[in-house]
Amino acid sequence: MKHRTFMWFILPSLAAMILFIALPIFSVFTQSFFVSHGQVLIETENCGPFGCKKEVTVDVDATKQLNMENPLGKFNGFKTYTNRNHLAFQEVGIAWNSSASIFSFLKSLLNLPFYKALLFTITYTFCVTPFVIVIGLFIALGVNSLPTILKGPTIFMSLLPMIVTPLIGALILYWMIDAEGIIGATLQKVFDDSSLSLKASPSLTWIMLMVYGVWHAAPFSFIVFYAGLQTVPEDTLEAAMIDGANRWQRIWYIVVPYMMPLVVFITLIQLMDNFRVFEPIVGFSAQANATSLSWIIYNDLRGQDVQLFGSASTTSMLTILGVGFLLIPILVRTWRDFNTKTV
Amino acid sequence: MNIKAQKRPVMLTLILVMFVTLWLIVAIFPFLWTFWGSFKVEADFFSKIDWKYSIFGIRTLAETGYNFTGNGYEGAWIEQEFWRSVINTLIVVVSVVVISLTLGTLGGYALARSGYRYAFWLLMLALIFRAMPHITLVSGYLLPFFQWNLWGHLPTTIIVMVAINQPFTLWMLHSFFLNIPKEMDESAMVDGCTRFQAFWHVIIPVMWPGVITTGLFSFLLAYNDFAVTGMLLSQENQTMVPKIASFLGSTTVKGNIMFAVAAVVSATMPLFILVVFFQRQIVSGLTAGAVKG
Repeated sequence: MKHRTFMWFILPSLAAMILFIALPIFSVFTQSFFVSHGQVLIETENCGPFGCKKEVTVDVDATKQLNMENPLGKFNGFKTYTNRNHLAFQEVGIAWNSSASIFSFLKSLLNLPFYKALLFTITYTFCVTPFVIVIGLFIALGVNSLPTILKGPTIFMSLLPMIVTPLIGALILYWMIDAEGIIGATLQKVFDDSSLSLKASPSLTWIMLMVYGVWHAAPFSFIVFYAGLQTVPEDTLEAAMIDGANRWQRIWYIVVPYMMPLVVFITLIQLMDNFRVFEPIVGFSAQANATSLSWIIYNDLRGQDVQLFGSASTTSMLTILGVGFLLIPILVRTWRDFNTKTV
Repeated sequence: MNIKAQKRPVMLTLILVMFVTLWLIVAIFPFLWTFWGSFKVEADFFSKIDWKYSIFGIRTLAETGYNFTGNGYEGAWIEQEFWRSVINTLIVVVSVVVISLTLGTLGGYALARSGYRYAFWLLMLALIFRAMPHITLVSGYLLPFFQWNLWGHLPTTIIVMVAINQPFTLWMLHSFFLNIPKEMDESAMVDGCTRFQAFWHVIIPVMWPGVITTGLFSFLLAYNDFAVTGMLLSQENQTMVPKIASFLGSTTVKGNIMFAVAAVVSATMPLFILVVFFQRQIVSGLTAGAVKG
């Protein structure tokens, strides 16, 4: 295809991506160096019969004017990055010096909002992804051994947890495990402990969110593996059997290597999707015990009285860096494949 | 499939079938439970004392005189004006799908047919864009949109969602276009078609399955989104998902939680119907990138 024709074909799509993905990243980058203006205060002296009192009031007009002139706020450099709500260099330094062991250091790190969110996001990503792959593979193997007539309905039902809106899926599960919902109430009866609540303890909340993550994503890996199983080369399997390979050897030496590219594909998609975990935290109202990077950005943007654009942008920049780290191995690999292909 | 190498010992089959049965219960039961419960009163849906209450609707019978009640649906759809969000969702989703597919087929076709190195780099760029958490992009939009008075309107959200969906759409359509032999458009061009005519009259007619599958996934992305619609739409323009989220904040009053339950069931129904009709396309779409690439 000629360069010119190519350009005309790709132009609309590329323009949309540059305008609404590349430029916003730049905008986030710029915003992260600014903080909003404080309110303009004026000090007035009120003198009455009992002496003079100083009063501080907010000059609404001046504040408005300042925001109009400079909507980004005032320049703050890297200070937002290093403050307590983000990388918290000072607090980490103090914690490092004052903690006796690595555990107490980690514990004090968890009091800092950014590290708390980072830890949950990473734990979630690296716990959910392997479970999704393993459970998906077993479902695929199971469905593959069903009679043909049952396969269709089984696939239909399996697709539902994946297709449902993440926020809605989280809510449906949340209502069931609520202390008064069916699972929550049953668990209380089974353990004979009426104060047992999955929402109250941090570790149970984490587990609950991860269970949701696996429930939501397992159908995806199931479908991919199931389609892969249909195309496993039968000749090779038969040849291996004639050569005397038993069941496990056939699975280990033929099926598994054949499925490896699928595992890589699922891992890639799952890492990207799980790293942005956000809706389940809203759905489960889990913010007291578990926050993710996406969730703290959301929280800053929604801000109770003021929207903290600078703070949200700083977290966004750090999140984008995190995504970059996740993608490096994949990019390097693709780059190598591409070079060997063209040479 | 009935070759000897595929035969399994009975025990193994039994374990696998049991595992699948267990999975199916886990997958489907929450939906059935919530659907059934949405026709009850709150005291039955959250019945701490005995779970049988929610099945037989004992308190529903006591409170309303019937075993089933549509109170939740009435409250959500009429009192809380859920129908407004349904219309908004319809507008957003249809526009996003149509625009995404138009831009995506053009771009995906170009990427599949260009053998140059920059096409590869564009695909890699799209992959990186695909990995961006949506909320990080939203924090980039908000301030400029406030300044330019673009915030809160449906068209803004539609364009933003189209752009966010582009990387995925491009990848999927690109892999579908790769399956169509190059000779088809080349022979059309030998017969005197321009590149665009070849694309429009020869390639698109055989691409319909791929376009429909990609359209389904664009639909799901737009329908299921919360990060973008939740932040960029004003109260009166809210789509279904942010509307449901806003129910949660305001429904601490007794009985109103059932509005949210009813709304959740209403919003899940279209997805259910979608899977019934398009199961094959969804399955082929999920595997398009993996098995062939």
